[in-house]
Amino acid sequence: MITLKEALKLPKEELPHLKQDLKKRIEEKKELNAYISLDESGDGVPILIKDNIQVKNWSVTSASKILQGYISPYDATVITKLRENGLAPFGRANMDEFAMGSSTETSYYGKTLNPHDYERVPGGSSGGSASAVGGGVAIASLGSDTGGSIRQPASFCGVVGMKPTYGRVSRYGLSAYGSSLDQIGPITQNVEDSAILYDIISGYDPKDSTSADIEYSPITPNLNPNQKYRIAVIDNYVKDASTEIQQAYEKTIRTLEKLGHTIIHKEMTDAKYDISAYYITAMAEASSNLARYDGIRYGSRVEGENLKDTYFRTRSEGFGDEVKRRILVGNFVLSSGYYDAYYVKAQKVRYLIQQKYSEIFQDADLILSPVSPTLPFKFGEKKEPLDMYLSDIYTISVNLAGLPAISLPVDWVGNLPVGLQLIGKPFDELNLFNGALSLEQGLK
Amino acid sequence: MEFEVVIGLEVHVQLNTKTKLFCSCPTSFNEKENSNTCPTCLALPGALPVINREAIHKAIQFGTAVNASINRYSKFDRKNYFYPDLPSGYQISQFYKPIVENGYIEVNGRKIGIVRAHLEADAGKNIHESNYSKVDLNRAGTPLLEIVSAPDLRSSDEAIEYLKKLHSIVRYIDISDANMQEGSFRCDANVSIRPKGDTKLYTRVEIKNINSFRFIQRAIDYEVERQIEAWEDGVYEDEVIQETRLYDSVKNETRSMRGKEESADYRYFPEPDLLEVYIDDETLETYSKIPELPDEKAERFQTELGLSEYDAKVISSSIELANFFEEMINSGASVKNSVTWLTVELLGRLNKNNLPITSSPISSSKLSDLVKAIDNKTISGKAGKDILDYLMEHDISVDEAIEKLGLKQVNDDSAILKLIDEVLSKNSDKVEEYKQGKTKLFGFFVGQVMKASRGSANPQKVNELLRSKLS
Ligand SMILES: [Zn+2]
Repeated sequence: MITLKEALKLPKEELPHLKQDLKKRIEEKKELNAYISLDESGDGVPILIKDNIQVKNWSVTSASKILQGYISPYDATVITKLRENGLAPFGRANMDEFAMGSSTETSYYGKTLNPHDYERVPGGSSGGSASAVGGGVAIASLGSDTGGSIRQPASFCGVVGMKPTYGRVSRYGLSAYGSSLDQIGPITQNVEDSAILYDIISGYDPKDSTSADIEYSPITPNLNPNQKYRIAVIDNYVKDASTEIQQAYEKTIRTLEKLGHTIIHKEMTDAKYDISAYYITAMAEASSNLARYDGIRYGSRVEGENLKDTYFRTRSEGFGDEVKRRILVGNFVLSSGYYDAYYVKAQKVRYLIQQKYSEIFQDADLILSPVSPTLPFKFGEKKEPLDMYLSDIYTISVNLAGLPAISLPVDWVGNLPVGLQLIGKPFDELNLFNGALSLEQGLK
Repeated sequence: MEFEVVIGLEVHVQLNTKTKLFCSCPTSFNEKENSNTCPTCLALPGALPVINREAIHKAIQFGTAVNASINRYSKFDRKNYFYPDLPSGYQISQFYKPIVENGYIEVNGRKIGIVRAHLEADAGKNIHESNYSKVDLNRAGTPLLEIVSAPDLRSSDEAIEYLKKLHSIVRYIDISDANMQEGSFRCDANVSIRPKGDTKLYTRVEIKNINSFRFIQRAIDYEVERQIEAWEDGVYEDEVIQETRLYDSVKNETRSMRGKEESADYRYFPEPDLLEVYIDDETLETYSKIPELPDEKAERFQTELGLSEYDAKVISSSIELANFFEEMINSGASVKNSVTWLTVELLGRLNKNNLPITSSPISSSKLSDLVKAIDNKTISGKAGKDILDYLMEHDISVDEAIEKLGLKQVNDDSAILKLIDEVLSKNSDKVEEYKQGKTKLFGFFVGQVMKASRGSANPQKVNELLRSKLS
């Protein structure tokens, strides 16, 4: 597949051919089910859009039954930015319902396959976005990352997935899951494409109060793979990963050293605290964010005998099990009598995690970490919700601390890719991309 | 047993900002249903709130006006509940850290505490038809300032005085239209009783849905009565529970609104879509400069213009009235006549027609012209009343009305003397009697002359000239 960098150089008249070719490829690999639909909107280099990012006049449903029939009347800020830069939304990517999941198995539209092994999950929640790029049926895509939803599927599908610093990319037009954690980011074939797409979607947006009003200088023209860094590895973290992941990790450390980077060793607080703090925060916010899906104004409604019954039926039939589970837990941790013990405490833990990271960053420029504790797992393998939640241990603390991170493929185990992530200081995406580019080139 | 009444009031003031609290939709009234809406106030997927600075500024002005502290950092929280007029399923409000705290206002010499005032977004409106309901979200997201008093009020009279004062302040600093009928000034009352001398607070009952001063007073009186009766009948514990009751103005009673078992849990938590509100020095300085308040104005009217305490209070009670008065003074009408002609004559006529001063058919400059005509004796006071009556119905100038009604006061000696001569010659017998000592007849002559002039002769002049003529 043509890279984003090359596609952007194409003369305008070439784009229709490019789209034709793309459609043919998508048709040939239909079984991936990465695309929910092949909507097009405007001219430009085609970019696949996760089904929770608003595109004007598209049906945008967060892969949920409850939003069937909803047509978005407006563009998300990132979509406006794509259009302004010669790109165009092309196709809706499958995902876990409301971005809740790590395998894209909770979608209303059925599962998406891992392009490298059809028995295995593509990861999630941005599974469609990652599978399409990994399977050669998208040039690049946008995903969203609340607790690893870009980085983990990117790692499972052998592509580059990047989560910007919280506040770097506008959330305006992204259906909210965990508002204080969500970020939109690029999923691409390589690091340079990632930087290009990141540059396009980044920047302050007055429509998003949590977007950072700070000077932004583009990364791509300043990329420098020869910069040398102090890179921290978290020893007590890695022990929980599978052997394959640990081996890839060790190999990557040696590559980084060979490239002239300095490896330093650090400890982090036990990741079990991350899991609790993350799920309490995300579910609390989600329980409130999803209250708007009530069948009153848009989406699907199931009429009941009275108002309460209509709410009950609409939401019982419209939401899938995982979404209901998270709404229930979210309501519980916010209810009076439990608020302090759960929500407030989770925020304290969150603060401690941020502190811990900034301590490490006093001494290090970047952190190297696994993305997933295992290789891509098989469909139906993780039956217990908690098992699924534990597959996020390496990604969620980054969201809790609001840091930028990039996942890139570093190794293969048979036909399965292994991805690792570099984590950067807040708003220090340039050094993050430099480190990733250096590693990518060193692995060739 | 003697009881003490304990009342606290929660007032929702709709701020008169140009746009809604979290989006740029206009706040205008009476538009087509759901026309003042956007992705944010419709709670479409992905839409986000952005704080309207104007609302922050108005909250600062209010805090300053009620002697409160303005929190340099305040926060918004979500109050979660389901209702069709609440599109997002949560109201964005300030629960944990309000923008205004610890203020007070003075009501008849007593300090009434204002515990807090916080910003929040209003809901839309549900319109119920026979077997279905409609939702209009034009009002959804309109900024409200909720002002919570301490339980310092001791009678329904005092509660009304407090509300009137609050209403007046809000109008003086122009942060709200404060129109009770239109719902831009709404009040909930928390009412409890306790044996006189007791200091603890007993069970309070919240009364909602009261939209006029009169009804608030009645609702409180009814509720106090109900609680005292329950106490005296020995059923206080059973009948007076912490609950919300609705006031029914037709039946003049309060009724329980929801069962005990359904106490709502709003699951408050910090609104993650908004940052903390920080008020910098410059903003605080700019918006804590507020115009003169009712008490200050009343004070100035007494010291500078020599008004009585009563008149000063009446005129300063509403900004519109005070402005009307000051405009009259500034255009040269005398203070004394302005007070009378505004508070007695004009207000009397407006009240009779149920008109507020803002709908007066007579502008301040017109009333000022009238008062000046009286001041300089162009017309008599009596003629002034006829002219005012006429002006209530006809939109013409004071001069035109004087002309039209032929009520210009005659001050010219020769014209008056001419009338006097006529009257005296017609009544030569009475002149004789007068000269023989029946001086009581003087009044009769004055009356005849005035009548002959059809009221237009200057009565003082008539007196003077008549006296010299008869001596
Ligand atoms: Zn709006």
